[in-house]
Amino acid sequence: MYTKIRTFRIAAWLGWQIESNWTDPFLFAVYSIAKPLAGAAILVVMYSIITNKAFDTPIFPYIYLGNAFYMYVGGVMTGISWAVIDDRERYKTLKYMYVAPIHMPSYLIGRGVARFIVATISVLITILFGVAFLHVKINLDAVNWGLFFVSLFVGIIMLAMMGLMLAGVTLLIAQHVWFIGDAVAGALYLFSGAIFPLDVLPKFLRPVGYFMPITYWLELLRRSLVGSVAQAFPTLAGFNNNQLMSILLGLTAVFAVLAGVIFYWCEYRARERGLIDIVTNY
Amino acid sequence: MKSEQWTVDSNQWAVEKNSGLKFFLQTVIARAYPRIIGQQREKSWMFFDIFLPLLAVSAYVFVYRAIGAPEEYVGFVVMGGAMTAFWMNVLWSMSSQLYWEKEMGNLALYIMAPNSMMAILLGMALGGMVATLLRALAITLLGSWIFDIPYAVVSFGQLFLVFMLAMVALYGMGMLFASLFLLLSREAWHLSNLAQEPVYLFSGFYFPIKSFNFWVAMSASIIPLTLGLDAMRQLVFPSGAALGFLSIPVEMGILSGLCVVFLTAAKLLLAYMEKLAIREGRLTESRR
Repeated sequence: MYTKIRTFRIAAWLGWQIESNWTDPFLFAVYSIAKPLAGAAILVVMYSIITNKAFDTPIFPYIYLGNAFYMYVGGVMTGISWAVIDDRERYKTLKYMYVAPIHMPSYLIGRGVARFIVATISVLITILFGVAFLHVKINLDAVNWGLFFVSLFVGIIMLAMMGLMLAGVTLLIAQHVWFIGDAVAGALYLFSGAIFPLDVLPKFLRPVGYFMPITYWLELLRRSLVGSVAQAFPTLAGFNNNQLMSILLGLTAVFAVLAGVIFYWCEYRARERGLIDIVTNY
Repeated sequence: MKSEQWTVDSNQWAVEKNSGLKFFLQTVIARAYPRIIGQQREKSWMFFDIFLPLLAVSAYVFVYRAIGAPEEYVGFVVMGGAMTAFWMNVLWSMSSQLYWEKEMGNLALYIMAPNSMMAILLGMALGGMVATLLRALAITLLGSWIFDIPYAVVSFGQLFLVFMLAMVALYGMGMLFASLFLLLSREAWHLSNLAQEPVYLFSGFYFPIKSFNFWVAMSASIIPLTLGLDAMRQLVFPSGAALGFLSIPVEMGILSGLCVVFLTAAKLLLAYMEKLAIREGRLTESRR
């Protein structure tokens, strides 16, 4: 256990150095703010064109908050999976990691911490921007803080498990230059109910959304911040908060088992095929 | 065009060394080759570059459906989503490629070899363009089929011309950025990452650029995909002309200007940056 904690702690420090020390704090702050705000602004512009800036309807905070918290999905999954490419092909240190007395999954999850911190800043700024300029109404006295923090914590663990699965897959594939964590997160956007209720999806696709823990996680976060608005949507209206939390915990456990199985299987295949120190480029 | 014979050991073998245009074109093809063939050997790109982006594009389609948007916006999203492949390719496989080559140790070989760096960049652009075209076409065809998008092409000739102008200007811009990025280290990677969402926003990948104030849209037109996308939407969708930013001839004129400006600037800047990078010893450095 001590090895796992030590590995995680050092990897988190290393990841933060890599993510943040490439520039001065000002440019790093701009970088951390511009990207998420632009992402949120795409949806805001789409919404405002069609609805003529009707920001006070229930669907707008649904979309806006879902999109804001979804930044964690890309951040955590990319942070963990990209560490494989970064170490294998850029720094060429992955082989040394494998001969060092460390716990590899803890190392990779630790490397994702930096992106988690950056995502947290992005989420905060995006929500503050929405509250200040886009009529997203969050009453701090009405927020269910307990539910919020517990949901956030469980969700981050769930995302780390998904990131670990992706890291395993990344061990087996070439680097395609851009971040596959972002690509996977972009695809899961469709099934998670992040920016539209799942009822909008065709019936045959909805079960995928119901199997995704991100769906329940986002619903819990929305309910904890803007309860009455979130509960108005029919998709998960039949579930109370405890039921949603139970489902989230159950699916997180399932994904944790899957992550362990998939990661170690992929790692075994990567060792068998001599891919641990492969360098790819085209 | 000329070629010369030079002999390493006249008794054993001789190597024909091309020069001039033939050598330039050989270099272009040599650099384009791994772009096209290399990725066919690594099939995982089909999943990551076609299937996953298609799902991401679908998410934006369902947002429009959730807020009751007219159906033509679905077509706008699919076309914009397909064109994101080109922007990603220019950012990651053109602009920051020389940085990546430096990290891999190839850049010094490029500089040492007796070829033109402009030919290397053109090869990267050509290979990237062809490979990305496959992805964009797949996303467009699949998206059109899944969402049953109606097209009403006004002129195939103009459509082809607009697309080619946008591509030449865009990849010219990529070549320009590549030479700028020659001086950068890790920041190149982060700057490319930073340029994704803001460009999706200001170039109107998911909505008509006309939705912005005139001067915002005009400023965004410095990115060739802004006007290229707008003109293509005007040419292929029934309501495209009504939602267009400028007239098609004006947009084609501006795109032609951008082609000349970016390609010329890329050539001049590449020569300057290469000298500067050599002088400052940055071609083989790896600031980590």
